Amino acid sequence: MSADVAEPAGAPAARPAPEPAGPERIADSASFRRLVVGLPFVWLLLLFLVPFLLVLKISLSTLALGQPPYEPVFPLAEIASFGERLRELSFENYLFLTDDPLYLDSLISSLVTASVSTVLALLVAYPFALGLARAPERLRPMLLVLTILPFWTSFLIRVYAWMGILRNEGFLNQLLLWLGLIDQPLVILNTNTAVLIGIVYSYLPFMVLPIYASLERQDPRLLEAAADLGSPPARAFWQVTFPLSLPGVLAGCLLVFIPAVGEFVIPDLLGGSETLMIGKTLWNEFFINRDWPVASAVAVVLLVLLVGPLLLLQRARGSAGAGAL
Amino acid sequence: MGGARGWSPFNIVSVVVGFAFLYIPIVLLVVFSFNASRLVTVWTGFSTQWYAALLANQQLLDAAFVTLRIGLISASLATVLGTLAAMALTRYARFRGRLLFSGMIYAPLVMPEVITGLSLLLLFVAVGLDRGFWTVTLAHVTFTMCFVTVVVQSRLVSLDRSLEEAAQDLGCPPWKSFLVVTLPLIWPAVAAGWMLAFTLSLDDLVIASFTSGPSSTTLPMRIYSQVRLGVTPEINAISTILIGIVTFGVVVSAVLTKRGAVRRARDERLAAEG
Repeated sequence: MSADVAEPAGAPAARPAPEPAGPERIADSASFRRLVVGLPFVWLLLLFLVPFLLVLKISLSTLALGQPPYEPVFPLAEIASFGERLRELSFENYLFLTDDPLYLDSLISSLVTASVSTVLALLVAYPFALGLARAPERLRPMLLVLTILPFWTSFLIRVYAWMGILRNEGFLNQLLLWLGLIDQPLVILNTNTAVLIGIVYSYLPFMVLPIYASLERQDPRLLEAAADLGSPPARAFWQVTFPLSLPGVLAGCLLVFIPAVGEFVIPDLLGGSETLMIGKTLWNEFFINRDWPVASAVAVVLLVLLVGPLLLLQRARGSAGAGAL
Repeated sequence: MGGARGWSPFNIVSVVVGFAFLYIPIVLLVVFSFNASRLVTVWTGFSTQWYAALLANQQLLDAAFVTLRIGLISASLATVLGTLAAMALTRYARFRGRLLFSGMIYAPLVMPEVITGLSLLLLFVAVGLDRGFWTVTLAHVTFTMCFVTVVVQSRLVSLDRSLEEAAQDLGCPPWKSFLVVTLPLIWPAVAAGWMLAFTLSLDDLVIASFTSGPSSTTLPMRIYSQVRLGVTPEINAISTILIGIVTFGVVVSAVLTKRGAVRRARDERLAAEG
């Protein structure tokens, strides 16, 4: 579809074109290129981009139109009458969001929760990643697989596992009571603390891997040079190792922060009635209040908030090993 | 960072604490799936009764079957599309809309699932597609193909491109050089991508909840509705089975990747020697 036929077909751009090619081969590689680029491109346009435009559209429509099951009228017929439609758009749903403090509160509390858990995850992940990067080379592949393994295990199950730990009669309280550190079980499950623990736990591999990638790439001779010049290890760490790992830190923070803002499962299962998060609000708006336009408006607001971090991630990806999932 | 010399006690403790944090919850979950009592936090004796109870739970089995079918189909489609996308990103430096294309590849990796789920649902409603098995499958293809792309892309980037070029110089059409030269070299990454797509599909609760219909309740949706009611040993048992399957898959794919790497090194050496 968007394969650019005008460009010289086939060979990758930066390299000299192989052999003078006959017309047949040019046609051949042009159609291959069209397939390779076009198929995934069209798929994503239809199932990723168009759905977002629909969210935008429904968020601007009124409840009557948007109520399930609402008339499946969209694509083709409507494009013609776009101008007409434009006048029918209403910002009612967005005004509604500003009216009810629930939405603003849950938006702010999502951002706060995501920021705090990102910082906590960084504090846990950095020493961990440093330890992995400095491990003997023959151990490293195995340690890496062990780090990634929990990420492959069901998210839902990992969150569920914490319900058994944080309950009043759960493992953590049993341990603390047995150690004599507390006399009364602590109430942790169904509080915001539990949500923070859940996010840090679930997203830890996303933080560890990019930091590990940026640490592992560093030349050990840099530290030797620092030591030769009389720098104690702690100072060498803060002046050499840490600054050089910042791209990995940034990528890791974004990989935790962005999905955490819209998290639903963790606040729903570990959080309590005091826990307000925008992902949960959207879910309730959709599944409980069945108000699709307002749910769509919430999604648009959330997306607008995340555009900045997403663009930052796109740029950070180039410099850090963010793809090292 | 220079090998064992740099592995200080602090580093070792950090790694041990990190792994303890990651694994203790999972170990406790597995251990208590074999508990004789209904209490999930007090050990009373060994029993496999909760596994037997699972086999009698028809709803759960049906959901598991639906989930498995969705996973197999969506992972396979996602692997094809994701591999093509990875080829597009690594082999064609410039094409119209490349920025949009790479944006659409990377955004779903971190996109909050509620947004993806809601937007796909609105699409399915807009085109009048009945929600059910196929809508969940389409949704899963869309969000998992991007993970496949990332995995395959990292392998393609490090692939020696001169092999493909040699094949094409010798008159091999590009689709054939892809099938005969490129694919055999990258297949461990393709297989790993398939595995990742499959486990992500098995795991997904949020997107499936938005896009499924009454006849296609998936396993995570079933588990979720039971988990909301509290902690029960049956859920520990089903979780243990799922953890076992995933662990097995990851270990197998790690071994395959390693074997692939060894063979690849040999092939590339042979190719270089001519």
